[in-house]
Amino acid sequence: MSTPRSWQERPGRRIRLRRDRSLLIMVVPAVVLLLVFNYAPLFGLLTAFQYYDPLAGVWNSDWAGFDQFHRLFADPLFWGALKNTLYLSLVQLVLFFPIPIALALLLNSVLSGRMRNFIQSVVYLPHFFSWVLVITIFQQLLGGAGALNQFLRSHDLQTWDITTNPSTFVLLVTSQVVWKEAGWGIVVFLAALSAVNPGLYEAAAVDGAGRFRRMWHITLPGLRGVIVLMLVLRLGNALSVGFEQFLIQRDAVGHESAEVLDTYAFYYGIATADYSLGAAAGLFKSVISLLLIWGANKLAHCFGEDGLYRR
Amino acid sequence: MTKVFTIGTGTSTARAPRARAERRPWQERPTLAGQSAKGLSLGGVLAVMLVPLWIVVVTSLSTPGAVNRAGGLVVWPDGLTLQAYREMLTDPTVRTALMVSLGITVAGTALSMVVSVLCAYGLSRPRSLGHRLILVLLIVTMFVSGGLIPTFLVVTGLGGYGQWWALILPSAVSVFNILVLRSFYAKTSAELIDAARMDGAGDWRILWSVVLPTSRAVTAVIALFYAVGYWNSFFTVMLYLPTDSEKWPLQYVLLTYVNRGAGMPGSVNAGFGLAHTQTTPLSTQMAVVALTLVPLLIVYPFVQKHFRTGVLTGAVKG
Repeated sequence: MSTPRSWQERPGRRIRLRRDRSLLIMVVPAVVLLLVFNYAPLFGLLTAFQYYDPLAGVWNSDWAGFDQFHRLFADPLFWGALKNTLYLSLVQLVLFFPIPIALALLLNSVLSGRMRNFIQSVVYLPHFFSWVLVITIFQQLLGGAGALNQFLRSHDLQTWDITTNPSTFVLLVTSQVVWKEAGWGIVVFLAALSAVNPGLYEAAAVDGAGRFRRMWHITLPGLRGVIVLMLVLRLGNALSVGFEQFLIQRDAVGHESAEVLDTYAFYYGIATADYSLGAAAGLFKSVISLLLIWGANKLAHCFGEDGLYRR
Repeated sequence: MTKVFTIGTGTSTARAPRARAERRPWQERPTLAGQSAKGLSLGGVLAVMLVPLWIVVVTSLSTPGAVNRAGGLVVWPDGLTLQAYREMLTDPTVRTALMVSLGITVAGTALSMVVSVLCAYGLSRPRSLGHRLILVLLIVTMFVSGGLIPTFLVVTGLGGYGQWWALILPSAVSVFNILVLRSFYAKTSAELIDAARMDGAGDWRILWSVVLPTSRAVTAVIALFYAVGYWNSFFTVMLYLPTDSEKWPLQYVLLTYVNRGAGMPGSVNAGFGLAHTQTTPLSTQMAVVALTLVPLLIVYPFVQKHFRTGVLTGAVKG
């Protein structure tokens, strides 16, 4: 990374402690916060193996072994939530994933730097909006009383309310994700595009490759690593499809189509105070997610790519 | 100082994507069909992003007559007034919520930045004692988490239920952001730092006078990330302050009174006493929507120019 501090070669531990005292002090606040709010909850996972009683606390609640998991796996609502999560993940993978790539290619072909900067700042913007705001905007535009139906009604056409229709819910949430995140998603691809050696394009052009051949043989191979990395991340997050987005809309479309694993854990863990069941659902999700990340990386390695970490 | 700054930016930030202002000799001349297809699709993308925001703003600025004539949302300005904003800002619920949101965002961002910058610098010096171990400790939290319920139990166990700090402290540290800052600090020119050390500067002084001034872009971007996180948070409100409507930030007010309509429990008309009507006027609803956008739109232009300097690239590579 960098040269060792030049004024001291290989100092002993005590000398390093004195030398790095300030550095260690600087790290303390962050470490304390992480210990309290990230590591302490790991012990809280014990509640998944207990009949957790808020009055008795984690230390004094009765042990349940795997009873909570038996309850969880016997609950049809849990399987419904799992099915919805996987389905929504799959649809988002198919419909969302290619859009940032296409957008990045399109933007990369714009020659004027000022135009590119302008478009970039506009498409990044919705990423910074809250889900409440995005869903409110969608509701105002596409909802029963929204702009689209205003227009349809005033032209005596059939109205169409996508915001409360369970069967088209998947399209609604996917288009929300596209609107909010597709622009931001181009960041990685633009970075990868700017790393492609321009000499390659010139050489290919001299050899007679047209712009589409150049895209196929130079640009897309240049993006391959990033695309695989993004796929690995997406696969590892297959069980997280966006918690707040579903929490806000769950009541409008009903839990049959809008319940996902995270909202399940929330409703049965906190809203009904069945903490142990909720913790069990959360633990199940974490374990499967870790397995998915691991598996996706293996897959990436099989294709000769780095994925999230190297072999 | 300017010298320091130029040296620093020259070596520490990644190169911006190359500006291709002109066509290379080997590139084909653009075809009319290709150019118009490109223009149309980019125009379409921009329209999809901007038109909804335009409609929100125009409706919030419209007179009740204009809203009536349009039959709802106003696309084309017809009669403009600030009435909706005046009504909204005299409403105690919205006023309190705005103050709460600003307070949480400012306090939270300040705390997060201090903690993260210190931690990132503390871990960025090569071969310092224990930095690998601490780094592992940090990274583990990115992959393993207790999840919703155990975190909730810890926060409530510490007495966080109904407290504003429950909206700030549990999410104050983003390991991802620390890693981004750290990767930039690690790239700060070693000569500069050694020179400062020769002049007798300790690590605190080096951080303040050398590292921070040479990494303004990444600092601004990370601060924006944190601030947006606090400003947008609503789920933590639902978890820890579900019933204290006088402590609600703006996002939760937006959710309750605009997204879910005026029929929510919690005495809507008492809380949102606008014009004593059953439902809040549409233009006022849109004014609340616009209000949640305004701070972002004020800050965004100042920060987004840094997006081009390679900060995002570094951020994404993490």
